[in-house]
Amino acid sequence: MGVQILMPALSPTMTEGKLSRWLKKEGDEVRSGDVIAEIETDKATMEVEAVDEGTITRILVPEGTEGVSVNSPIAELDGGGEAASKGAAPGQDTAMPQQPAPPAAASQSVGQIAKQAEDYGAVAQRGAERGEGAAKAGEAAAAPEKDWGPTKPMTVREALRDAMAAEMRADDKVFLMGEEVAQYQGAYKISQGLLDEFGARRVIDTPITEHGFTGMAVGAAMNGLKPIVEFMTFNFSMQAIDQIINSAAKTLYMSGGQLGCPIVFRGPNGAAARVAAQHSQCYASWYAHVPGLKVVAPWSAADAKGLLRAAIRDPNPVIVLENEILYGHTFECPTAEDFIVPIGKAKIERAGKDVTIVAYSIAVTWAMQAAEELAKQGIEAEVINLRSIRPLDAGTIANSVKKTNRLVTVEEGWPYANIGTEVAMQVIEAAFDWLDAPPVRVCGKDVPMPYAANLEKLALPTQPEIIEAVKRVTYK
Amino acid sequence: MAQAAETAGAKRRPRAAKEAPMTREQLQQAYRDMLLIRRFEEKAGQLYGMGLIGGFCHLYIGQEAVVVGMQMCLEPGDQVITSYRDHGHMLATGMEARGVMAELTGRIGGYSKGKGGSMHMFSREKGFFGGHGIVGAQVSLGTGLAFSNWYRENRNVCLTYFGEGASNQGQVYESFNLAALMKLPCIYIIENNKYGMGTSVERASASRDLSKNGSPWGIPGEQVNGMDVMAVKEAGERATAHCREGKGPYLLEMKTYRYRGHSMSDPAKYRTREEVQKMREQSDPIETARKLLLEQGASEAELKKIDDEVKAIVQDSADFAQESPEPPESELWTDVLIEEAR
Repeated sequence: MGVQILMPALSPTMTEGKLSRWLKKEGDEVRSGDVIAEIETDKATMEVEAVDEGTITRILVPEGTEGVSVNSPIAELDGGGEAASKGAAPGQDTAMPQQPAPPAAASQSVGQIAKQAEDYGAVAQRGAERGEGAAKAGEAAAAPEKDWGPTKPMTVREALRDAMAAEMRADDKVFLMGEEVAQYQGAYKISQGLLDEFGARRVIDTPITEHGFTGMAVGAAMNGLKPIVEFMTFNFSMQAIDQIINSAAKTLYMSGGQLGCPIVFRGPNGAAARVAAQHSQCYASWYAHVPGLKVVAPWSAADAKGLLRAAIRDPNPVIVLENEILYGHTFECPTAEDFIVPIGKAKIERAGKDVTIVAYSIAVTWAMQAAEELAKQGIEAEVINLRSIRPLDAGTIANSVKKTNRLVTVEEGWPYANIGTEVAMQVIEAAFDWLDAPPVRVCGKDVPMPYAANLEKLALPTQPEIIEAVKRVTYK
Repeated sequence: MAQAAETAGAKRRPRAAKEAPMTREQLQQAYRDMLLIRRFEEKAGQLYGMGLIGGFCHLYIGQEAVVVGMQMCLEPGDQVITSYRDHGHMLATGMEARGVMAELTGRIGGYSKGKGGSMHMFSREKGFFGGHGIVGAQVSLGTGLAFSNWYRENRNVCLTYFGEGASNQGQVYESFNLAALMKLPCIYIIENNKYGMGTSVERASASRDLSKNGSPWGIPGEQVNGMDVMAVKEAGERATAHCREGKGPYLLEMKTYRYRGHSMSDPAKYRTREEVQKMREQSDPIETARKLLLEQGASEAELKKIDDEVKAIVQDSADFAQESPEPPESELWTDVLIEEAR
């Protein structure tokens, strides 16, 4: 029995085509790679090459025939002494299988065949074991905040530095790279002293080349190192966002679990002061949108130290959104050697019964100040510091709303598809019946950041806006 | 044979050794490896035609000598990374035909469990780091793999492949600068097959000699006849020696040719059939190796044995790729994040 040549699909969407010309006739010998016919698809005229070798014994579809279905036989070859290709054997069902194809005349079961493929079979197993954890990531454990014992005052800047130093001491695979991180001691002095302690191999000054050095760091992480990439500000991460999303976040999935990317991207995010539109925006929504990334946004020194340590230890890519204005602020921070803040856990910074205010990063400061003011007016606000943007601690938020029945979110990001939108939607899904008023978002205005001092102030959320929002949801 | 194109500030490379660049056994191995890629790709094209492979499918037919010659220069622990025209690279690194073909058909037996497809496959075990779909992105990533060798202070090198089309991406030059600055053991291999999709290199690049594209950073470069597996290996030996000695990156421009379209749905109207036919008849890397083997005393029977072995591997991979089941629905949710017990 010979081999049938089938009408090929020549594009992802082709179902039939015109056999416009035969370049071989009956009796001709063909070798693999020879052009045997021309076919017109909906888009173009394409050449068909022979795969099997032999002599054309019969042409089944004459040239000029239109509407020839993909996979229908168009000619026959004698075997040419070659074993007939099973793929092109006549009578075989060649439709794209929706169900696993049955093993054709195979002596082994499908399961056995799959098991033989060691390199990838083991990978499949690991992935399957891991899968449930990933699906649960969004659900928060309601464990109480751990008491870490004694604290001391510390700036956010020192806390970030201490976190990196501690993790670099513990693991030689951890290193820091970025613009001005080494000799200059950090554009915002976050990496002060690290070059002295760890040397130029582990604290690396890069040229101003975000796309290149981010890709380089991601490649190093794929091969098992644990880079901390400092962006001088997150605005510059836009130059590198393809490597962060397409390479760092997706490769684990695309490799079936083989190639993780343990990397931290950190730096100041959001508005600083009077640096205008290109240097003042919040990237929380951008990165939080992406499966395969974790995103945290510390507020206090304890958040900064604990979350950055957790981020460095995390086997996944983690975005750490810091805030330049907060760098110099002092907070009490636990002194325990092993202090860490788990990713995915929000913190109730202030308990209250009348309204839940959800905020992150510097907006926690604004929310806390507004809560003090509201207390004077007899409204007790519960302030939740998200700390982690993705995964989101939806459980803590929902539990709070079930108590207060009211929700206000505060952030400096733009309103459209911002984090407050996500928080509100998750509350609606989880606790709609407990809400006594529609949630209200307080956020940055929907404009690029202006330079003028008065306009910049207007563009950011203000304390009166937060108080006004709380009064709206409490009908006061 | 390799034609040296010395870059402006680069030191003269040592002259190639006079002896033959490959023993007969090595040439025979190279012939076998190139033939495996050729037959595998033809089969992949056939399965695509039958609707068993979806999406994009970029075939490597014509360029086989490049990966096979370069792979012969590698040591355990070295890395390979490339773009989306990657099936040949995977087979050259020793990844199993079954796993590659089953990934093309989107089955659980594929290297990425069916979740990556033609453009996204990896094998840490074989030092193959993908398979990347964004043109040029693998150049920075490969520089990072080379960085990991530098950081670990080992002798390993990274082969970073990209097309002449990708050589116009900005991050390529950011990577050249970083690699030269830090003396990273990275071999940049431009596979110049003359067309970036449908645009000829002359219409896309103002640079007429891509091997000199690293010269502003002092990266030595050579133009190599990428249709000649021995010339490729010879140049590869020089490049790997340079990198292993800690002298920094090296650039090889492989002059090669793809016989097929950019992807399966490319009618290739931007070039003549005669041009393709001429390359096939006069410069085919596999035919060249075959003739040389016969001249060196190999028998038709020996070569037929290789042909049969290769055909059997490819047929087995095609069978496996159709018999392996589609991934279970639970796979949709796995491998998004690594969840570790704390």
